[in-house]
Amino acid sequence: MTATLYVPADSGALAVGAERVAQALAATAAARGIEVQIVRNGSRGLYWLEPLVEVATPQGRLAYGPVKAGDVPGLFDAGFLDGGSHPLARGPTDAIPFLKSQTRLTFARVGITDPLSLADYRAQGGLRGLARALAMDPPAMVEEMVQSGLRGRGGAGFPTGIKWRTVAEAAGATKYIVCNADEGDSGTFSDRMIMEGDPFVLLEGMTIAGLATGAAQGFVYIRSEYPHAVRTMERAVALAREAGLLGANIEGSGHAFDITIRVGAGAYVCGEETALLESLEGKRGMVRAKPPLPAHHGLFGKPTVVNNVISLATVPIIFDRGAGFYRDFGLGRSRGTMPIQLAGNIRRGGLYETAFGITLGELVEDIGGGTASGRPVRAVQVGGPLGAYFPAGLFDTPFDYEAFTARDGLIGHGGIVVFDDRVDMLAQARFAMEFCAVESCGKCTPCRIGSTRGVEVLDRLRAGVAPDAQVALIEDLCQTLKFGSLCALGGFTPYPVLSALRHFPEDFHPAADAAAAA
Amino acid sequence: MTWDAGRAQAIIDGLKHQDGATLPILHALQARFGHIPQEAVPLVAEALNLSRAEVHGVVSFYHDFKAKPPGRVTIRLCQAEACQSTGALDLGELVRDRFGIGFGGTTADGRVTLEPAYCLGLCACAPAGVIAGELHGRLDAEELTALIDEALG
Ligand SMILES: Cc1cc2nc3c(=O)[nH]c(=O)nc-3n(C[C@H](O)[C@H](O)[C@H](O)COP(=O)(O)O)c2cc1C
Ligand code: SF4
Ligand code: FES
Repeated sequence: MTATLYVPADSGALAVGAERVAQALAATAAARGIEVQIVRNGSRGLYWLEPLVEVATPQGRLAYGPVKAGDVPGLFDAGFLDGGSHPLARGPTDAIPFLKSQTRLTFARVGITDPLSLADYRAQGGLRGLARALAMDPPAMVEEMVQSGLRGRGGAGFPTGIKWRTVAEAAGATKYIVCNADEGDSGTFSDRMIMEGDPFVLLEGMTIAGLATGAAQGFVYIRSEYPHAVRTMERAVALAREAGLLGANIEGSGHAFDITIRVGAGAYVCGEETALLESLEGKRGMVRAKPPLPAHHGLFGKPTVVNNVISLATVPIIFDRGAGFYRDFGLGRSRGTMPIQLAGNIRRGGLYETAFGITLGELVEDIGGGTASGRPVRAVQVGGPLGAYFPAGLFDTPFDYEAFTARDGLIGHGGIVVFDDRVDMLAQARFAMEFCAVESCGKCTPCRIGSTRGVEVLDRLRAGVAPDAQVALIEDLCQTLKFGSLCALGGFTPYPVLSALRHFPEDFHPAADAAAAA
Repeated sequence: MTWDAGRAQAIIDGLKHQDGATLPILHALQARFGHIPQEAVPLVAEALNLSRAEVHGVVSFYHDFKAKPPGRVTIRLCQAEACQSTGALDLGELVRDRFGIGFGGTTADGRVTLEPAYCLGLCACAPAGVIAGELHGRLDAEELTALIDEALG
């Protein structure tokens, strides 16, 4: 009998040696006359265990990890194909606490299926959402999205159904669905995992968005830092066309929808939706003033839905299970689940999808296991480079849009980056200002010039030049950035800067330390 | 790769008919020539009915598009927050010191180019980098040095 093995082809797994492991498994099996089939799945999101090799057994899939190519002969010696015990054995994959305690809705299939197998996709619940959507009329589809309570997962948290309604009601024969796959925030990788691990779910979600709003063309704008995601998405689009899931007559319904993959060129600001549209049109990624909204005047001037990968990849399950099913997860105005990404200096880093409401401390300490270095956690940055730094004292904050806003932070795209006690918060604040200066599109003076001023002020503070005056200047500059910026790049840079200053003031008086040391 | 006007024109002609063709064309040119040769700008402008200044403006806006060809081996190190938390700045310093170049620089002998990245989506396997086109995570000084030695041959 042929044994089935799973070795992820996800970028995160490849970066820690999954390709060599797959080759070693194939070579060792061949040398020993054992027939194996190696499926290249997406990642389960348990990155500290990558490369994670799974073996299909009658009792379900068993996990071994993190496996190095050199471990492979030993795994065969231990009889791992029959679940033999080995120091790397992790038991049944689904029983690993990190995975078992999740609620995987958007990520239901990621790591389980062969990402480019439509047969797998259908067998694991794919295309049921589309089938249901095709039986509805467009206003009912829009209403379903409104009822689900889904808010945009790209950062701003705008209700997806309302956005779709605006585009559906906008006049015009040509409309577009644009998927924002620019995922520039440090600490985030959920979009990448979907595109590499379950690309059809994104195509299905975009198709439903097209049906609901009357758009026949979609674009996926993927950052150039994700070559594997680009390749997988391009192949998925080709396969979907061949199977009649995209094209002039999707699933024989008489409706047309097609998708084009486009690649960004290394500009963080192009994740901002209007800069992204400019970039898609072939221009510099300059942010547009709003209004007009992209929903009225978007790509090539046509009504356009711009949604994040996770927002769109969540659409199929909402249509499959119903708006009420999805809305029943979460709390307050944060409905459903959020794929949270645990990153940086953390013992168990990875993708953790769960209903809103779990606290920051549970995520960092219980799920993530604290730092990878074993040192105390000092700060966590939530929501990417424009997100606030939180000290352990705020670990009771529930993961929820409003709760984070109330504490002068944001959840953004759901990334959590952990730092241990060696972090220098003045350096982190300086980095935030510098990042803003480098990535600014240049349209607003506070963002373009003010951020460079901010770097200079923090450097003077570091040098011990009139520290109190510098702190006052930084606070002043942040006010100017906050109110004088057209978009959140300039407008939210104060979050990391002021949170660092407020929660870690001791790092902003290095002059005193220098004096004490002298 | 050396400039080849015929080749460049063929690339441009193959892509110019799509909506918003500028970035796809520039990516294809850079994939072929390793950078965006100055000579390509008027050809792109002509094909897309844009001014040279407009095309130049696009090329210069995006970090990916390079005016000069890279060195034989490109070392790209993520310097963003998740990688900072696991020592990425020290790795950057290690490479800068070893080759005497800064980020964005190429050694005089054209062997090595050092580029920063601001997140590669490998933040749960930080610090991360791309060395000679291959992704690497959980880097440390020793492994990075070995990978660079290997790439340099
Ligand atoms: C500087 C900046 C960068 C952004 N980067 C991204 C990004 O990489 N991905 C994303 O989906 N949204 C990003 N956004 C938010 C988008 O402007 C927009 O709100 C989002 O794509 C809408 O989709 P959603 O409603 O599904 O979240 C960014 C915003 C700003 C200001
Ligand atoms: S805040 Fe910065 S990035 Fe945003 S529009 Fe203004 S200059 Fe451009
Ligand atoms: S911050 Fe370095 S890979 Fe994301």
